[in-house]
Amino acid sequence: MSIYLDHAATVPMVDEAVQALTAQMRIVGNASSLHSDGRAVRKAVEDARMSLADVVGCEPSEIIFTGTGTEADNLAIKGFYWKAVAANPTRTTILSSAIEHHAVKDPIEWLVDHEGATSVEIPVLRNGVIDIDFVRDYIAANKSAIALISVMHSNNEIGSLQPIREIVDIAGDIPVHTDAVQSLGKVDFNFAALGATAATISSHKVGGPLGVAALILKRGLDITPVTHGGGQERDVRSGTFNAPSIVAFAAAARAALSNRDSQSSRIAALRDSAAARILQAIPDATINGVAGLPGILNISFPDTESEALLLLLDSEGISASAGSACSAGVSRPSHVLLALGRTEEEAMSSLRFSLGSTTTQAEIDRLVEILPSVVQRARAAFSVKK
Amino acid sequence: MKIVAAMSGGVDSAVAAARMVDAGHEVVGVHLALSSNPQKYRSGARGCCTIEDSHDARRAADVIGIPFYIWDMAAEFHEGVVENFMAEYAIGRTPNPCLRCNEKIKFAAVMERAKALGFDGVATGHYAQMHETELGRVMYRAVDPGKDQSYVLAVLNTDQLAGAYFPLGDTVKDDVRKEAKARGLYVANKPDSHDICFVPSGDNAGWLRDRLGSDVGPIVDEDGTKLGEHKGAYTYTIGQRKGLGITIPAAGGEPRYVLKIEPKTNTVVVGNHEALAVSGITGEKAIWCGPVPAESTEYRGFAQVRAHGTPLPCTYSHKDGFISVSLDEPLFGLATGQGLVIYDGDRVVGSATVCATE
Repeated sequence: MSIYLDHAATVPMVDEAVQALTAQMRIVGNASSLHSDGRAVRKAVEDARMSLADVVGCEPSEIIFTGTGTEADNLAIKGFYWKAVAANPTRTTILSSAIEHHAVKDPIEWLVDHEGATSVEIPVLRNGVIDIDFVRDYIAANKSAIALISVMHSNNEIGSLQPIREIVDIAGDIPVHTDAVQSLGKVDFNFAALGATAATISSHKVGGPLGVAALILKRGLDITPVTHGGGQERDVRSGTFNAPSIVAFAAAARAALSNRDSQSSRIAALRDSAAARILQAIPDATINGVAGLPGILNISFPDTESEALLLLLDSEGISASAGSACSAGVSRPSHVLLALGRTEEEAMSSLRFSLGSTTTQAEIDRLVEILPSVVQRARAAFSVKK
Repeated sequence: MKIVAAMSGGVDSAVAAARMVDAGHEVVGVHLALSSNPQKYRSGARGCCTIEDSHDARRAADVIGIPFYIWDMAAEFHEGVVENFMAEYAIGRTPNPCLRCNEKIKFAAVMERAKALGFDGVATGHYAQMHETELGRVMYRAVDPGKDQSYVLAVLNTDQLAGAYFPLGDTVKDDVRKEAKARGLYVANKPDSHDICFVPSGDNAGWLRDRLGSDVGPIVDEDGTKLGEHKGAYTYTIGQRKGLGITIPAAGGEPRYVLKIEPKTNTVVVGNHEALAVSGITGEKAIWCGPVPAESTEYRGFAQVRAHGTPLPCTYSHKDGFISVSLDEPLFGLATGQGLVIYDGDRVVGSATVCATE
């Protein structure tokens, strides 16, 4: 059995979701059809929407189901941008943080390259949290030029939580989107209390199936669609309702919420003890970012390459992730770690362990036991390369 | 043993990896990313490090059931192979980059990294055989004469060969393809790769012209009489006959061939076929693939100067890192910079880089 320490990538599906998914898969009917079969499926979809809305603190009609979190992020970035520019062609600035996921970063770059957008990145402090003073000053000076603001609720690589409520307060009537895929089910997330205009959540990060996610979009506000068709989701997103996955997503989110407080404190305690023990065993290792999300531990091991560390951990049955991004199959220093002020070499030598509901003390003990020899071997490989 | 199987995404390396698993080794598949700006798709038989190839390699590893990683060796490849390729052309030589890649990357940078990470050796899909004999573990030609790649592996010294595994050397290519198919490896019908992998267009002359310039210079005969102009001396090869663009006919109407490239004066020298004859070859930087023959002693053997060239009967000796070869029959047209490989029958004795001919 492998030791799975990559919960930020995806988590095991929970029983509640598997049951909901498989039960719904056996029921025929297109939720848009008017006959009784269609109506039965529609009811299941809308029940799930209501249940999920309750979990995330929004109105049911504010949930727009999508295929993936990446799709929801693209819809938010492009939809808000196109809507803003249509109303006022000089509103072309997109304000986002320097540590956004590629699902946000890349659509912004695409708009810059193809649609005349201007991208402004909010710098990040060494602790992994955005510089809120920059946001305040930039908005004060450029308010009328900003089409939208997109800042992630929590970062997927280092786990830092971002001050979304403060951004919303500063933003006034500028739309604020937040990618909350890593936060849902792990830390407090309530759409209404947050006050954001839109938020992205994803099923497979909370124990639901792959292939379903949602953009929570404030009621009454319709952004420009990216996909056109049957108009199923408020005419903002088209495509046949994926009833089995939607139902399972809601079941998983509800289960994650009910276990959240007990799991989060347990996972945070495991993470903190792992961090302390690793630093004791490998004194020159450094932790990237401050504790935010309970399960994320991002560490740089000087004079190693994360590629080598991962290979060696994998051969010991430990699944972790590099603090680097994969570009054409080749690792490059993570833009997140570089934004924190880490050097390329530091960024290329970092690992992300992400703990989750299945993580046990015994697994952490094994990690702490094996890591010093893994780091030592990776250092030997690194010195050969130099 | 723990083995790194270098997987290019082609059929040979996939079957080689699978055979190492069958032999009971703990195998990890590694695809080498050798270009910092890889092409998305492979085109024809060129290139071996497109993104498509890395996907094929990953898929093969998954089918075989071994871990798979991509190692970024682009910087090492550029420094050790591409820059060397340009530097050699710049001094009027014709290098073979595949030899340099085996010498500096696959069985050096990759081998060293693998060993540091706790592996015992590197397996590739090259067609050559390693045999335990009274001479030690030595390299022989592959059984498939059409695919034999011992020539491009002859740059490996005994230390490198000690950790090198070539599981395909005892099999003909057709059977390797059949085996790939039987194993469910999707790459079974992929075309063989040829040409120089970092020149995806296949236009070596154009590639060199872009990097080394295309200064027009004289084409002269052996007496120094100017016969025409060339568009960049680097783009000619010794023995080349076509594309010289000389309008003055030679006495007797014989065709002319490139005899020499003189980079300092940017001159291409041409002459008749007889002038290409070479019966003595000197190679520098000798590398021995097995026991080192006694210095200053004459041995009988075969010399091969091209990847799929004919083995030429010869007498050879060596001293101070230079190998001297005296061919029984002359060959026509040999560029400096090419690999000179010495065989004893089918056994690879060693190699050197051609530095002089007579």
